[in-house]
Amino acid sequence: MSDKSNNHFAGKKAANDFFESPDFYVVDDLLTEEHLLIRASIRDFVKKEITPYVEQWCQDAYFPYDIVKKFGEIGAFGPTVPEQYGGGGLDYISYGLIMQEIERGDSGMRSTASVQGSLVMYPIYKFGSEEQRNKYLPKLASGEWLGCFGLTEPDHGSNPSGMLTNFKDMGDHYLLNGAKMWISNSPKADVAVVWAKNEEGRIHGLIVERGMEGFSTPETHNKWSLRASCTGELVFDNVKVPKENLLPNKSGLGAPLMCLDSARYGIAWGAIGAAMDCYDSARRYAAERIQFNKPIASFQLTQKKLSEMLTEITKAQLLNWKLGKMMDEGKATTAQISMAKRNSVHTALTIAREARQIHGGMGITGEYPIMRHMMNLESVITYEGTHDIHLLILGADITGIPAFS
Amino acid sequence: MKILVCITHVPDTTSRISFTNGDTEFDKSGVQYIIGPYDDYALARAVELKEQSGGTITVLNVGTAETEPTIRKALAIGADEAIRVNAEPTDSLFVANEIANVAKDAGYDLILMGRESIDFNGGMVHGMVGELLGLPSVSPVMTLDLDGDTAKMTREIEGGKETIEVKLPFVAGCQEPIAEWKIPNMRGIMSARTKPLNVVEPSSQAAATKLEKYEMPPAKGEVKMIDADNVEELVNLLKNEAKVI
Repeated sequence: MSDKSNNHFAGKKAANDFFESPDFYVVDDLLTEEHLLIRASIRDFVKKEITPYVEQWCQDAYFPYDIVKKFGEIGAFGPTVPEQYGGGGLDYISYGLIMQEIERGDSGMRSTASVQGSLVMYPIYKFGSEEQRNKYLPKLASGEWLGCFGLTEPDHGSNPSGMLTNFKDMGDHYLLNGAKMWISNSPKADVAVVWAKNEEGRIHGLIVERGMEGFSTPETHNKWSLRASCTGELVFDNVKVPKENLLPNKSGLGAPLMCLDSARYGIAWGAIGAAMDCYDSARRYAAERIQFNKPIASFQLTQKKLSEMLTEITKAQLLNWKLGKMMDEGKATTAQISMAKRNSVHTALTIAREARQIHGGMGITGEYPIMRHMMNLESVITYEGTHDIHLLILGADITGIPAFS
Repeated sequence: MKILVCITHVPDTTSRISFTNGDTEFDKSGVQYIIGPYDDYALARAVELKEQSGGTITVLNVGTAETEPTIRKALAIGADEAIRVNAEPTDSLFVANEIANVAKDAGYDLILMGRESIDFNGGMVHGMVGELLGLPSVSPVMTLDLDGDTAKMTREIEGGKETIEVKLPFVAGCQEPIAEWKIPNMRGIMSARTKPLNVVEPSSQAAATKLEKYEMPPAKGEVKMIDADNVEELVNLLKNEAKVI
C-alpha cells in the first residue's frame, strides 16, 4: 500500500496541535535536562508524525504501517534495552515520558510501541539466549520487524494460567497448537512471542515467525477503540517451531507477568498523556466558547471540572515519577505497578468524559481528540490487567489473601 | 569538511514576552528556550552535508551556562562537538567578534548560521563574521549544495531568487527550505552525553551598544471585514474613517 498517495495522509497541519503539558506542581524539577530533551523530542515527533493524521486513521480504522519504521528511527522501541542490542539504554523515567507523549497523540500508537518494547523486546532480552538477542532485538529496535505478544486466549483473559495453547517435543522441533486473541500488532507482525504449555503443563515462551507453516494471524475487525492500531488473533495449527526459538532463561507464568509489569508501567504514564491532551483541549475550549455572553470557563461548574482534572493529573504525575524511580532501582512491585496503571487509566477515562462535556457537542466530533481518547481508553482500562483485576492484585498485597485463585 | 554552526538560544516562538526591572530586562521566568529556528535549519543542513560527504560539525554558542541544554540538543541532533563562549550575547558586533575569534585559526570550510536570531532579529552577525574573517558572506540562503570546493546556493532576493556559486570557505545565513528541522532521536540524545562541550572565555572586547529600555509594540487594532463586493464601503471607510486616502 502506498501510504503517501491515499487520503490517510491528508491530515491537518501540525501547527494546529498546540498541546502543552500541565505541570502544576513543577514536577519538571524532578526531571533531568536529558529527560526534558527526550520529552520535547517525542512531543515534536508526535506533532509531526501522529496528531496531524491520527483522526483520519481512526475514522478509517487504518493502521499506518509506516509509523513502525519512524518509531524505530526516533528510538521509541525498547528504550530501556541496552544499546548493544539496538535499544536506547535509557532509564525508566525516560521510557515513561516516551509513552506519555506517544499516548498524548493516541493510545493505539502507544500500544504499538508498548507491545514492541515491553512485550516483545523485553522478554527476548530478559529470557532469551545471546543468539536470540542478537538475531531479533536490533531488527525490532529499528522497526525493520514488528512484533506481537501472545498470552490472552479466547477463554482465558484474566486467568492466563488456564491457557490451552501447548507444544510437544518432537525431538528436533516443537509442535505448537492453540489460539491467542486480542493481540495488538498481530496482523502485521513478523515475530510473535507466544506463551504456551509444555507436556508437563509448564508455561514457556516461544518465538514464532511469520511464514512458519500452520501459523496465521486473522485480523479483528469492527473495533470502536484503538482504531489506528491493528489487533488480531494468533492461530497455531501444528506449527513446527525450531528448538532454538524457545526462550531458555525463564519459564512459568511469572515470565509473561514480568513483561506485563513493564508494559503496565508504560501504560501508567501513557494514559496520563491522554488525560493531559483532554485537559489541555478542554481548558482552551472553555476559554473560547461563549455562552450567556461569557466564556464557559467563567462558570463555576466548568471550573470545578478543570480543577478536578488538574488535581488528578498532578497526583498521577507524582505517582508515576516515584514508580519510575523504583523501577530504576529494581524495587517496584507488581502491586505498586497495578496501583499506578489502574489509577492512571481510571483518571484518564474520567477526565476524557468530563472534557467531552466541556466541549459540548463538538466533543463528539473528530475536530477535537476527546472522543477518540475516550474510546481508546475503554480498551486500555481492560487490557494488561483489567480495572478489577488490579484491585484484586492490590487486595492480595494488602491482606495476603488472593481473591482470584 | 569542517563545518561550524553558530546557534542562538532564544525564547520559544509561543512565549509570552514581558519585561522587568523598569523595562530594562527581559523577564525569563516560565520561558522555554529553543535553538533559533533559522539556526536550526543551518544545523539540519550541516548534518545532511556531513551524511553526504563526511566531516565534523562544531556547534558554537555565545552565551552563559543556561544555554547548555540548547547546545546539548544540537549535539543530539548530530553535531560532534560544541564550544560555548562564556558571555552574555549583548549585541551583534560583540557576538560576531567572538565567533570570528573562535573561527579565525580553526580552518572551517563552512560557517553556517541562521539568517537572523528570533529574539533581537538583527540579521547582521553573518555579514560581520564574514568581514572580520575576510570571507564571503551570503544570506538568506535557501538551498546549499557542495561540489568539491565550490558551493552552489540560491538566495532569496526582492521579488525572486538568485543562484550563486562561492568557493569555500565562506559564511552563510540560512533559512527554509534549506533543510527540514531534525528531531533528535533517543540514540542521539544518549550519545550527546559524552560529546565534548568546551567552554572558552570571551575576548576582552566590550559591547558597542548599551541597552536603555524595552517597549512592547502597540496592541493590534480591531479589524473590520468588508465584503469583497462592497468596494464603495471600503473607499468610504478609508476616506472618512481611517482618513488615509
